[in-house]
Amino acid sequence: MNDTNAYFLLAAILAPILAGVILLFGARFTDTTRRAIAAFGFGWPLVIGIMLYGLFVPGLAGEYNFELRLPTGLESIGIYLHLGLNGISMPLFILAGTVGFAAGLYSMYSDAERPHLYLALLLFMLGGLMGTFASIDVFFFYFFHELALIPTFIMIGIWGGVGRRGAAIEMTIYLTLGALLSLLGLIALYVESGAASFSLPELRDYLASQPLSETVQNNIYALLLFGFGILVSLFPFHSWAPKGYAVAPTGAAMLHAGVLKKFGLYGLLQIAGPLLPAGAAHWFPWLIWLALGNILIIGLVTLAQRDLKMMLGYSSVMHMGYAFLGLACFSVVGAGGALLMMVAHGFSVALLFMLSTCIYHRSQTFDMSAMGSLATKTPVLAAFFVAGIMASIGLPGFGNFWGEFTIFVALAESELTRWLVAPAAIGIIISAIYGLRAVGNIFYGQPSEAFAERLESAPIEDLKGFEKLPACILVGALLLTGIFPRIFSDDANRELAEIYPAAEHHFPASAGVSEPAATTIYQEDAH
Amino acid sequence: MNELLAEFLRGYTATNEWSAIMPEIMLALLALGLLVSEMFLPKAQHHLIPRIAIWGQVLIGVYAFSCIGGCLTSSGSFFSGMILQTDVSQMMRPFFLLSSILVCYLGRIYLSQQSLAKTEFYHLVLIISAAMMLLVQSSNFVMLFVALETVTVAFYVLVGYCRTSPFSLEGGLKYLILGSLSSAILLFGIVLLYGVAGNPQLPGASPDSLNFQSLQAFIALNQFTGGNLLVNVGAILVVAGICFKIGAVPFQIWVPDVYQGAPTPVTAFLAVASKAAGFIVLLVLVQGPFLALNELLVPVLSFIAAATILFGNIAAVTQRNLKRLMGLSGIAHAGYLLIGVVAVMRGVEWAVYAVIFYLVTYLLASFAVFGVMAITAKADDANQQLDDYANYSRKQPFLSGVLTLGLGSLAGIPPLGGFIAKLFLFVAAYQAGLYGLIAIAILGVVISIYYYFGWIRECYFGVPTSEIVEDTCGQSTVADRTLLGALVAGTVLVGVLPAVLPIIP
Repeated sequence: MNDTNAYFLLAAILAPILAGVILLFGARFTDTTRRAIAAFGFGWPLVIGIMLYGLFVPGLAGEYNFELRLPTGLESIGIYLHLGLNGISMPLFILAGTVGFAAGLYSMYSDAERPHLYLALLLFMLGGLMGTFASIDVFFFYFFHELALIPTFIMIGIWGGVGRRGAAIEMTIYLTLGALLSLLGLIALYVESGAASFSLPELRDYLASQPLSETVQNNIYALLLFGFGILVSLFPFHSWAPKGYAVAPTGAAMLHAGVLKKFGLYGLLQIAGPLLPAGAAHWFPWLIWLALGNILIIGLVTLAQRDLKMMLGYSSVMHMGYAFLGLACFSVVGAGGALLMMVAHGFSVALLFMLSTCIYHRSQTFDMSAMGSLATKTPVLAAFFVAGIMASIGLPGFGNFWGEFTIFVALAESELTRWLVAPAAIGIIISAIYGLRAVGNIFYGQPSEAFAERLESAPIEDLKGFEKLPACILVGALLLTGIFPRIFSDDANRELAEIYPAAEHHFPASAGVSEPAATTIYQEDAH
Repeated sequence: MNELLAEFLRGYTATNEWSAIMPEIMLALLALGLLVSEMFLPKAQHHLIPRIAIWGQVLIGVYAFSCIGGCLTSSGSFFSGMILQTDVSQMMRPFFLLSSILVCYLGRIYLSQQSLAKTEFYHLVLIISAAMMLLVQSSNFVMLFVALETVTVAFYVLVGYCRTSPFSLEGGLKYLILGSLSSAILLFGIVLLYGVAGNPQLPGASPDSLNFQSLQAFIALNQFTGGNLLVNVGAILVVAGICFKIGAVPFQIWVPDVYQGAPTPVTAFLAVASKAAGFIVLLVLVQGPFLALNELLVPVLSFIAAATILFGNIAAVTQRNLKRLMGLSGIAHAGYLLIGVVAVMRGVEWAVYAVIFYLVTYLLASFAVFGVMAITAKADDANQQLDDYANYSRKQPFLSGVLTLGLGSLAGIPPLGGFIAKLFLFVAAYQAGLYGLIAIAILGVVISIYYYFGWIRECYFGVPTSEIVEDTCGQSTVADRTLLGALVAGTVLVGVLPAVLPIIP
């Protein structure tokens, strides 16, 4: 079972951690040594990700590529270090590698104090992220997530902006609560299923043959939904996110908002939904109302933001609502749309957080109403920022478009959810308003007097090389998923068709609705 | 007299009973040897005494470690049922030895800053360690009480060891009074059980009614025929006496004051070894003599566990004195461990090992934290405030790293050992169906993040100031760093690869 390529998967997790440990003791390294070690740690996972993508064998629906199963001492409760990739985790694995590389490149040249510690923590985070999406074992899925989460808190605490002490502790407590709830849900799943294993395929097979009673499913699903929901900033549990992102240092914000936050959605997509279909059906009304809260209420809150980073934080909370809606559809199309949305949003939000720091370095303020006509000095920065905002709005040509579009199709597919298309579309308009207004305020329009003076006197340069390269990588990834989403969607589709079979009948009210040919529609979208 | 001696010798040669408790005998001899060596060694050589104590214990530890699995001493009952050796008691020997070695090491750091008698400290630590080993092996209430009192009396001395500090004296006095009270409660419970179980009019009465096995048979028989009020009262009183030792609500009142007043190494010893001994005794009791009383004890202990978790965590939130903070958070940990005990009582057998696993990770993390505290403490070590650690990571990057990992493990953050330990406890509790307790434990963990991270935050997130006060106190030697580094390396290793701790079968 353990083929050679599987050890590359393990290496993708261990290499950043190893580089991080070396840097931890590298306070006296020269800049060059430090950057060389960090570049290895940040680049290696991406290289392996692309290599494994090339080696990926399709047609193993329900199976995993590159399976690796190692004992760690927890066998007595059915836990193995069980790694592997399938069509659903592959896109996210690549997302983690790409955003990690971009964030790493940017951070290597940032002027953080104690850079060795900063880079080491970022590398630990990246190692955890790679592990999260490569885990088949649901325990290690959780374990690696926590491994990535802890450095975030520390980085916010040490290198964060104004108000970091409060934001760090609020985020820590909130996210620990979410993580513990989901851990409890996973333990409940393990004990109640009786499968005596934390391995996802084994749990799935076991539950397929003897499903849990509806009450048990509802209770476990509630734990997972609200546990994961807190981690993804589901509507009433979102307050940590904008504050945390507003003060987080750039590298941490890019990795957390871009990749780590997708953990909860991935958990709902890959674990909670397929294993607990009755629970998903029971909590379906709750989920759509809360997701609408994300889209509309948070959308309006985003409109009111004047601080650039707060706006980006709120808009990332808002866009999570679409992913939740896609999951709530509980169909192949909906889940596939949510997956595309997750990947594309990861690229775009990481790009925007990075560029917002670039803007800050030039303007010395995050207050958008104070800025203006920055584009005269920094045309390249403006171009990248506009691209990021357009992607985040969902302009065709960027990956986000396919995510949102597919989710709308999934909503329209079922009579039960058709009405949701209208409020969800209003969300798109809202995001266009605040996105374009931000572009207008920052790069065009009239600057405030103080800012105009600054534009005159201060030496403001355009993007430097170390800022351009990560931005190019992220925009390139967005365009690639926008123009040719099949690179991810084909494998994912095959996998999702396997685990979301005949999903429609789970909805109590839609028993009579004839099921449209979900798979074909989805593939047409993907072109 | 001669006949008695001959009888003894015949008994001695016929069995190998004495070799069964060889580690304890060797420890006691080492303890006496320390006193002798103080008399005979020249003054200039007195610095050797702690080394003799530590290395002697390491050798005994190697021996005790080889006893696990019963390759040297067979497990079983010895001294006409006074002692029962199980694989649990064999596992606890290295545990107690490890903690007493670490206490001796921390004691060396502590005593170097004080002008106090030195040799007696190590002597008492060794005696306590030996008595704890006997305590967890005891299978008779007489043995249990004698071993427990040996531990407690020695602790009275150690808690009040720093005669010049009013805090230490206050702590010693409080521990003496409340400790005696709890001993009295325990003894009263034992006497009630003895009286009832020795009553020839009752079915199953036995002349040897203090023996755990005959008591178990008696209680089971009586429960079968409707129960007995005196048995219930006696059992509750015994459990209350044990709860005092582990610092569970409502017997936790002594913990903050005593933890604050006691010298830091003694605080660590109380927090880790004394608590561990209490839990193992509790496990022995609920699986042995009180097995038939589950119906009575499960609700009682569940309630105590819930109250303990909530009290410990909530009281620790506002605490700024670090030794009191460790005491209160230790109460919370006792609550988590009680969940494991209740799970055992509900029929999840392997929860015993989950408790031991938790204790080992607690030992590693606690001693890392207490080690940093002992090194950082100034001469007046009862008064360690959170503010003393402002910007600590700039002054002592290594020690604050140790502190962070230790506190993280106590808070149960992956990938540290404390997380795996909590995972085992939660899985066991879920299997036992203790949903309410798990919910409370999770609430407790979330609250605990606040104060543990508050401490870490103080170390790292302080405002960088240009004037860093250079103080001579708190410098660590290479040996200190090696030891603390080994402790946190163990914590991380257990978290990443739990197989290194082969406790869970």
